[in-house]
Amino acid sequence: MPQLFHRSANTLARVSILGVLLLALGAFGAMDLVNRSPYNTGVGVAREQPVPFSHQHHVSGLGIDCRYCHTGVEKSAFAGIPPTATCMNCHKQIWTNAELLAPVRNSYATGERLKWRRIHNVPNFVQFDHSIHINKGIGCVSCHGRVDQMPLMMKAEPMTMSWCLNCHRHPEKFVRPKSEVFNMAWKAPNQEQLGAQLVKQYHIRSRIRCSTCHY
Amino acid sequence: MLDLSLLRATDDTMAKTDHALDLAAFRTRLENEGGPRLWRSLDELSEDENFREYLYDEFPRQAGLMEEDGVDRRSFMKLMGASFALAGLASCSPPVERIVPYVNQPENLVLGVPMFFATAMPLGGYATGLLVESHEGHPTKVEGNPDHPASLGATNAFHQASVLGLYDPDRSSTIRKMGEVSTWPVFLTELQQHLENMPSGEGLRLLTGSITSPSTGQLLVDLRAKFPASRRHQFEPTAGDNRREGSRLAFGTYADTVYRFDQADLIFSIGSDFLHTGPGHIRYARDFASKRRVSGGARTMNRLYAIESIYTPTGAMADHRLPVRASQMEGFARAVAAAVGSGGAASGTPLTAAQSDWIHALAADLQAHRGTSIVVAGDEEPASVHALAHALNSALGNIGRTVMIVEPAEIEPVNQLESLRSLVTDMNAGRVQTLLIIGENPVFDAPADFNFAAALQKVPFRAHLGLYYDETAAVCQWHVPETHYLESWGDARAFDGTVAIIQPLIAPLYGGHPASELIGAISGDARSAHDIVQDFWKARMPAIGFGDEWSRILRAGVVPNTASAARGGAAAQVPAPPPQARNESGLELILRADPTIQGGRFANNGWLQELPKPMTKLTWDNVAHVSPATAAQLGVKNEDEVTLTLNGTTVVAPIWVTPGTADDTVAVDFGYGRRRAGRVGTGIGFDAYVLRNSTGMWWAPGLQVSKNGRAYRLATTQRQNTMEERRPVRSATLTEFLAKPDFAHTEADLAGQYPNLYPEYKYDEQRWAMSIDTSVCTGCGGCVIACQAENNIAVVGKDQVIRERVMQWIRIDRYYAGDPANPTVYSQPVPCMHCEKAPCEPVCPVEATTHSEDGINEMTYNRCIGTRYCLNNCPYKVRRFNFYKYSDYTTESLKFQRNPDVTVRSRGVMEKCSYCVQRIRTARKRADREDRKIVDGEVITACAAACPTEAIVFGDLNDPRSRVKALKESPLNYALLAELNTQPRTTYLATVRNPNPQIKTAGPTETA
Repeated sequence: MPQLFHRSANTLARVSILGVLLLALGAFGAMDLVNRSPYNTGVGVAREQPVPFSHQHHVSGLGIDCRYCHTGVEKSAFAGIPPTATCMNCHKQIWTNAELLAPVRNSYATGERLKWRRIHNVPNFVQFDHSIHINKGIGCVSCHGRVDQMPLMMKAEPMTMSWCLNCHRHPEKFVRPKSEVFNMAWKAPNQEQLGAQLVKQYHIRSRIRCSTCHY
Repeated sequence: MLDLSLLRATDDTMAKTDHALDLAAFRTRLENEGGPRLWRSLDELSEDENFREYLYDEFPRQAGLMEEDGVDRRSFMKLMGASFALAGLASCSPPVERIVPYVNQPENLVLGVPMFFATAMPLGGYATGLLVESHEGHPTKVEGNPDHPASLGATNAFHQASVLGLYDPDRSSTIRKMGEVSTWPVFLTELQQHLENMPSGEGLRLLTGSITSPSTGQLLVDLRAKFPASRRHQFEPTAGDNRREGSRLAFGTYADTVYRFDQADLIFSIGSDFLHTGPGHIRYARDFASKRRVSGGARTMNRLYAIESIYTPTGAMADHRLPVRASQMEGFARAVAAAVGSGGAASGTPLTAAQSDWIHALAADLQAHRGTSIVVAGDEEPASVHALAHALNSALGNIGRTVMIVEPAEIEPVNQLESLRSLVTDMNAGRVQTLLIIGENPVFDAPADFNFAAALQKVPFRAHLGLYYDETAAVCQWHVPETHYLESWGDARAFDGTVAIIQPLIAPLYGGHPASELIGAISGDARSAHDIVQDFWKARMPAIGFGDEWSRILRAGVVPNTASAARGGAAAQVPAPPPQARNESGLELILRADPTIQGGRFANNGWLQELPKPMTKLTWDNVAHVSPATAAQLGVKNEDEVTLTLNGTTVVAPIWVTPGTADDTVAVDFGYGRRRAGRVGTGIGFDAYVLRNSTGMWWAPGLQVSKNGRAYRLATTQRQNTMEERRPVRSATLTEFLAKPDFAHTEADLAGQYPNLYPEYKYDEQRWAMSIDTSVCTGCGGCVIACQAENNIAVVGKDQVIRERVMQWIRIDRYYAGDPANPTVYSQPVPCMHCEKAPCEPVCPVEATTHSEDGINEMTYNRCIGTRYCLNNCPYKVRRFNFYKYSDYTTESLKFQRNPDVTVRSRGVMEKCSYCVQRIRTARKRADREDRKIVDGEVITACAAACPTEAIVFGDLNDPRSRVKALKESPLNYALLAELNTQPRTTYLATVRNPNPQIKTAGPTETA
């Protein structure tokens, strides 16, 4: 019986077994990359909105405090999206004829609600609460990035579970004095030392059990 | 040889298990047990082979998921091929959601923080005060109003389920004329045109239920002023006519009776289910329990004697209970009255020696408790029995002490049966030109011999106001949708007369109108329901400062100082009425409103349909109850179909052998067999109203029963989730308890410290725990529905209940002990035990169930992959698995009902009681924000909040002053299956009963 396969077939077989393994690994790797990419997480992706609202202009340009619009942030799980009436507090007086603001004026006149596209979202099985983070000295900027430098709103962080846990495991790396929570530009001179002290002062616990967020 | 089990019945097993009941065998088995024996169903007691097989089968009927569709694996792959392919594509990028803020945000509203509003739910005319939780304008959950006398913070299953009723997609949504869509103005115009032809109101009739609303009462007065010849008729299927007529027999005019169970040491119930039904039952249950609790160190208890024809939750709480046939109830009560010496000759009803002893012991006990006892008669018992109860209370000096006779809370109380009879007579005689039926459904629930539907069609102008386009609406030319109580303004009195203001939580979903607006519209009063109520109270309060006072009333939910005035001179000797002859031979039919859907009012409410009935644990059906002896006599067993014939009318019903039912009696529940209830309630069960005649509203003699050879499948949770016999409930008499306070502890419990391989957890914050007092649990099911509303628990349907897939997180196990003819009953609510060493935790391959830092056994839905190992390993059988996508993701209106703080579970996910972790986390965050500790009572689970008797107490074991901590230190405290060393956080307080040592024979005093 002559040999059906050439000697090199052995190598070929080994290589292809290895190849299939590598391919499978590669596929998983690629899926993971896609998962973590802005395509999935939405980091850095601006969405079309009824009005191209600029946080940059309102926050750093005019110096409006976050809580002027996001009124619930200290008391509620939901920070709150301002009603049209809040926009009109100022825009009754200024930019009253601006074409860009027509949807806002229209909403105020007709009672038709504005429909914003949601940027920051967690799945329904995650119970995130703004108020407890704000009250324990986690700054807006830690999760939302330099909102004051965003002409159009976009996500700055992936908001995946590992990202959440990063802080929940080591709150001292992110905590700041309560007075600086709404300050976008504030940077701790010595986070390591200050963080450890604030964790003690604010009675911050590292909450990493499932039912902290999932119920 | 015995089998009552058709749960697993196939044609095959049915053929071989066709045996009659063998009572003698039950008794022998019980006697040979040597000591008390608990059983949950007769087939468990019979130790039948099939039952054992059923018990040891870990997932009965759960193996073949596809069996019902008949789809094999191959066709499944074919069908699902496209979905598999698309699944990959669809999962790439999350969908973009919209945020839709207000244009003008309401003041004081913080998005994401629920608000609570005081309102009241009227049922049968009487109000129970509630606090309703509202998330951004939609009500999601009701709690009791602690300031309202009928609630004191507690609620029952009907209150809890009313939020589902609000969002019911089958509610009537448009005004209809002859079935065509019409409008309110058109209706009003046509109505007014009709009324122009009858200036004095001759021929104008209203048919309503009981009304206690003072402002609506004023509208009725206004209506009569404009149309003096108009008449109002009243009818409700569960009307308290006997109660009303009994008070008239005793006192000359109608009066209400308010009981002070917190002052009573001895209660004799004549067929009364005062702990479970009636306008004041929540308050009564609370008061009753306050005299029954010995866990706090009390050394005395109240004592309850009950005679009744069917087993009720009140009978289950009794220290002495006797099943008595309906026809003999009066004779029995009369014999008690004679023995007490309150006059009235003993009846001719022959009593057995045991009954005679029982009566004499009771009479002696009553004599010894003059002024501190209560005799209470059930609404189903005849007026003469009510009069006898008044006579007994009077003779015992109870009136004015434990029994208050007060002015009636109802507007124009009447004998509703006679009121309806005169309406039917007038309709048949052509004397009714215009009939407005307000909130009632008489075509379905009026006595059968009235032939209401036929009479109704002789009325030229007939209109119906109701929540549903129901049987009555279909016969009327006009139908107007009614507003739900959560959508409308109004007021109503409680059982003691206290007025509560009903304020709406949401604008009418389907544009309905409340009864007050319709009644006002007849006399041309176009005011809104809000103005009707506010104007009424404005006229009765000081003008200055009314605005502030009104706000205070709305905030409190109660109008102060409005309780009914006590009747003077009511303590005078009340004569016992003369006895009436009764036919006491043959089979008797007993008619009762269904315990979970009432007289059909809640037929379209899935939560209530699936709530196991307190005594039988049946869901989704009504049955004909018979006692084991009667079943043996008739040769029938569970799920046999029988034909019931009464005066030539027949109805086909499935048999259910209910221990404790009076012999020679067949009891049926009315309310099922709805023809136009909605997608949930239409066409399920049988219509027992056809057997209900004006001569026999609650019972009738001369019933014939014949087997028709067929079987009818019933869905009962009675045998499901069995933990097997390991002394799940423990009980003793008061004397035994005082002699040996730690009777509940077995040697195994006392040994306490078992070795354990797992490390100890450390809890430096809270250590949550629950205590459940089985002494005061009535098994009403309020906690089950409260939990369902709070935790977004899905309804699964009858077929899935049969397959043991009911999703309720808390189940109430009902145990029998003793003689099947009259067993003792114990109710035991079983939620997740939150074990310290939880058997479910180590077996989860993906760590979806874990232990939290405050001792909660967490269930993380998004991690769960559905292996069900945890369910296998749970000795308490408290875990529930979503075999299908039970949660309704598509019906828009139901989405508003959901608690936004709790994840809605999808298919393939395990779930179970979470100790209302969302409430704990909210409270913890609130406390953390304010930099303080959580105080005792700040976190109350939904079940504990609803419980009328405060049987469930929840709290922090690390707080030395918490209530739960004190209860856990009671000698009555014991853990279920303690020998497994799971160290459960939920523990029980053993049952203590207080039987009369003079009574040795009959009655449920057997201790477990």
